[in-house]
Amino acid sequence: MLRASPKDGAGAGTTRAPDRIFRWLTAGVALLVIGLLGAVAVQLVLGSAPAFNHFGAGFVTGQTWDPSKAVFGALPFIAGTLVTSLLAMLLAIPIGILTAVFLSEMAPRWLAIPLTFTVDLIAAIPSVIVGLWGLGVLSVVLRDQLETPITDGLGGLPFVGGDATGSDLLAASLVLALMVTPTIVAITREVFATVPQSHREAMLGLGGTRWEAIRRVVLPAARSGIIGASILALGRAMGETMAVTMTIGNADQVPSGLFEPAQTIASKIATSWNEASQAVEQQALIGLGLVLMVLSVIMVLTTRVMIRGRAFGRRTEAA
Amino acid sequence: MTTASSPLPAPIANDIFAWTARDRRRRLTNRLATGLCLAMCALTALSLGAILAFVVGNGLLGLDRQFFTMEATGYNQGGALAAIAGSLQIVPLATIIAAPLGILAGVYLSEQKDGRLASILRVATETMVGLPSVVIGIFVFTVLVLPFKQYSAAAGAAALAIIMVPIIARSTEEILLLVPGSVREAALALGIPVWRTTLSVVLRTALAGILTAVMLAVARAAGETAPLILTAIGNQALNVGNLTAPMDSLPTFIYFNSGQPDDLLVAQAWGASLVLLLFVLIVNIAVRGRSVGRRAV
Repeated sequence: MLRASPKDGAGAGTTRAPDRIFRWLTAGVALLVIGLLGAVAVQLVLGSAPAFNHFGAGFVTGQTWDPSKAVFGALPFIAGTLVTSLLAMLLAIPIGILTAVFLSEMAPRWLAIPLTFTVDLIAAIPSVIVGLWGLGVLSVVLRDQLETPITDGLGGLPFVGGDATGSDLLAASLVLALMVTPTIVAITREVFATVPQSHREAMLGLGGTRWEAIRRVVLPAARSGIIGASILALGRAMGETMAVTMTIGNADQVPSGLFEPAQTIASKIATSWNEASQAVEQQALIGLGLVLMVLSVIMVLTTRVMIRGRAFGRRTEAA
Repeated sequence: MTTASSPLPAPIANDIFAWTARDRRRRLTNRLATGLCLAMCALTALSLGAILAFVVGNGLLGLDRQFFTMEATGYNQGGALAAIAGSLQIVPLATIIAAPLGILAGVYLSEQKDGRLASILRVATETMVGLPSVVIGIFVFTVLVLPFKQYSAAAGAAALAIIMVPIIARSTEEILLLVPGSVREAALALGIPVWRTTLSVVLRTALAGILTAVMLAVARAAGETAPLILTAIGNQALNVGNLTAPMDSLPTFIYFNSGQPDDLLVAQAWGASLVLLLFVLIVNIAVRGRSVGRRAV
């Protein structure tokens, strides 16, 4: 194998049989992984086809999910998913961006390194543990310190509604915000790092303050990256299952207030899967999975377009 | 980065530059913004502390001899033995399936950088990383549980493996790109075939990095819950080696116990969280601690 004949040119190595076999092997694995993604899509479509055929668009717009009557409308869960993840983003985007600004642009190295590490570690906590914390700690605090005083004192506020249970839209949104903030911080920092130092220095040299350099130079330059990070985080929030399942209160209704228990697509699948006794309910749950998959693929591809591979990908799986 | 305020001592600066109201306002804005960013960063970092404190505090109460030696037998009794043993089987099995596939896919990505198939694979792995794990759980259910009418540890391991493959593939690609082209060229110049160069030279050079990537994927898989609920489902009884039967795991143990109206079971959920969190954090700290200096800035 180690001999090189004079005839072996630059590309000759690839024509040797073992090389060809190795190439085919890696290409085979590549095809397998691509095929796996395709298989996921196909199985979800096939598995939910009966439900979609039967209910049509009503599957997405129906408000009632009642297995005993074989009526399956996913609107409460779609609404729950959208409301919780958007509320979470409302908190996580500003907090995440400002955290990233502090870590990349303001903090001295000795402070930035351990803090960055800490923020990264948050992303590593298994979601079921965040859920247990949300259920056992956060919900109790929310119920006793926030919701009970508000509902007792000011009952009937718009957008609040519901009893003070602590397991509701608010708790789920807070937990989601906590979980996606590290994603936003990590990607935003990567994008900041691509802004040339000289651009900041130009602003400082003109007499600008550090904040003015960040505000007028760094943030505008990083805008598309930040939007991409936010969309990716939104996708994460929509697909998050355990932490939401354990904090949202699991009520199959279109939520009307922050203190109302609700259900997201993912939490509905997790809570009802093992109890689904009839095939038709299972098909409907697979349909929910398909809706979730479509949403998350849209988010991933949008992020890809926004960031164009610049900072994307390197950190996204860890964060 | 230097501060934007004057480098001169304050009294001199005040003599030379007449501070206008506008300057003062800008300086104040700068300070307020810095304070706000610091506060947000502290809030983010403290949330880790808040979770850690409760998991450690509550978890220690749930850890005793019973926790490690007994199966889950019902209310007010039993332990997490089945869950610990289950995680120790499902996760390594998933790793054995996922690591070779992920590494080879990563090799393909790095060697065929701009090929059409590589580009498709890159988008596919990106999409799979972003796919909610519960969706993977549904897929494995339809393929490995439904046809056999049996929840099983094997299905659980398959689900975790599918989650791990794209993570390992992406990090492997990244790490292989760091291997200098000259190392590869030197091997090829010696007449070593391409496949041996890839395996014995390039992969070998990047071995530490690839192990790191695999360990991070293991840590991620060890905490995955939703796909296991849909596939391996959980099992109160100890299951050692029977891959075609349901098997418990730490994450599903935490989930099912957390909702029980029983103090001991809830305490054990915290105990299991502590065990799982320790594993995940130790892996992450060990693996990332080395490279943290490079990443920060």
